[in-house]
Amino acid sequence: MKEETIPVTKETVIGETAKIKIEGYRFVTMTCTELDENRVDIIYHFDKNLQLKHFRFTVSKETLIPSISVVYQSAFLVENEIQDLFGIHFDNLFIDYRRTLYLGGETIAAPFCKFTVKRTDKSTPEAIQAET
Amino acid sequence: MPKTIIPFGPQHPVLPEPLHLKLTVEDEVVTEVIPALGFVHRGLEKLSEIRDFHQMVQVVERVCGICSVIHAMCYCHGIEEMMGIEVPPRAKFLRVIWSELHRMQSHLLWLGLFADSFGFEALFMQFWKIREKVMDISESTTGNRVIVSVNVVGGVRRDLNSEQINWILTLLKEIEQEIGALKKTLLTDYTVTKRTVGKGVLTKHQAYGIGTVGPVLRGSGVVQDTRMLGYAAFNELNFEPVVESDGDCYARTKVRFRETLQSIDLIRQAMSKIPNGEINVKVKGKPQGEVVSRVEQPRGELLYYIKANGTKNLDRLRIRTPTFANIPAILTMLPGMYLSDVPVIVLSIDPCVSCTER
Repeated sequence: MKEETIPVTKETVIGETAKIKIEGYRFVTMTCTELDENRVDIIYHFDKNLQLKHFRFTVSKETLIPSISVVYQSAFLVENEIQDLFGIHFDNLFIDYRRTLYLGGETIAAPFCKFTVKRTDKSTPEAIQAET
Repeated sequence: MPKTIIPFGPQHPVLPEPLHLKLTVEDEVVTEVIPALGFVHRGLEKLSEIRDFHQMVQVVERVCGICSVIHAMCYCHGIEEMMGIEVPPRAKFLRVIWSELHRMQSHLLWLGLFADSFGFEALFMQFWKIREKVMDISESTTGNRVIVSVNVVGGVRRDLNSEQINWILTLLKEIEQEIGALKKTLLTDYTVTKRTVGKGVLTKHQAYGIGTVGPVLRGSGVVQDTRMLGYAAFNELNFEPVVESDGDCYARTKVRFRETLQSIDLIRQAMSKIPNGEINVKVKGKPQGEVVSRVEQPRGELLYYIKANGTKNLDRLRIRTPTFANIPAILTMLPGMYLSDVPVIVLSIDPCVSCTER
């Protein structure tokens, strides 16, 4: 992409997002792309005065990713969409639909992934019941 | 007074498409909103892995019927940028003309639905009657009223001859007069102002911080219009973004009304400047790389992220539509408002759920 792209990690994504918010950027959206059996690429898109800037986050599908809805509250919708369609999980979501935004509650597979990582943590009905 | 939870939608008389809001109310005043989607999710982005990049133009046109030509234009623009294709100048102007016609018919549709949401059915019917003339232009120039398939990778499929251009200009003059005749009623009538002024207020800071786009953002005083990027032939036309500062439903109505008239002016400018020449170029090769393409839909900024690997099928097609960015604004607009104002405020963001869910 011709715009500036900054690589981020699980440890730096919230800090970098907070920094870019202070610089006056608005949150545009996030894009998730499956790279292979185990990894996805998450690209965060920000805009200021019609100039885009991106963060790129290459991560394992099993990683619990910190949600940037603590910085940009409106990000909760796209993070929930990624949760549903790619089976990636976000921590501290502003509103967590627990994979029911687009899917029925019983769906295990990630529809947009060729390879789904089966989760045994908080996404399953058994885990939710155990939690409550 | 205990809290009551009221479901708004997915089926509601004021909603053209299914959208569910879980409203928590106390004494008729909304205190909390949680939106729910997923009633019309079709997974269209996934189709890019099995349809080749030329066929995807027809798929993205069907993301939304009201702004289909603009979806196709954004997609084609992204692929053309990725492949280094130079679109002929005449095709760029034709894209502007058809996308502004779509903007007009979308805003006229919304103006009618919005009037209907507070019971002003006569105004609703007047706006839709005017909209029929715009649909007639679409049908006679492209063959279809709603999903107009004119964009291809490399340009457009259809052309306009001088007879059609003159006819369109004549019709636009009539449309402009008829819209002007409704201006006083829309913007000064007691019924309209009572139901829209001071409702669903979004300050400039809130609108920008939430990431809203389009008339919702411009109605709150932020000067931002993706057409200022200069894609297609917009860099050769003179216009300024239409902005209002109050941030309420009335301000958003004024923005859309003025943009409808602005679109007429843009079409006239495009028709006066359109050069002769080819309308498309032959496309050779396959796309490779990553690109982000943005255009201005009637509802706001539309973003396409396209990733290709040198084969005829794309790796990934990501579509961020303007309503997806505007729905979180409802969580700020509704708390503190009366339950009876909810339909008007929700409709004021011009929700297009088929776009949102794809």
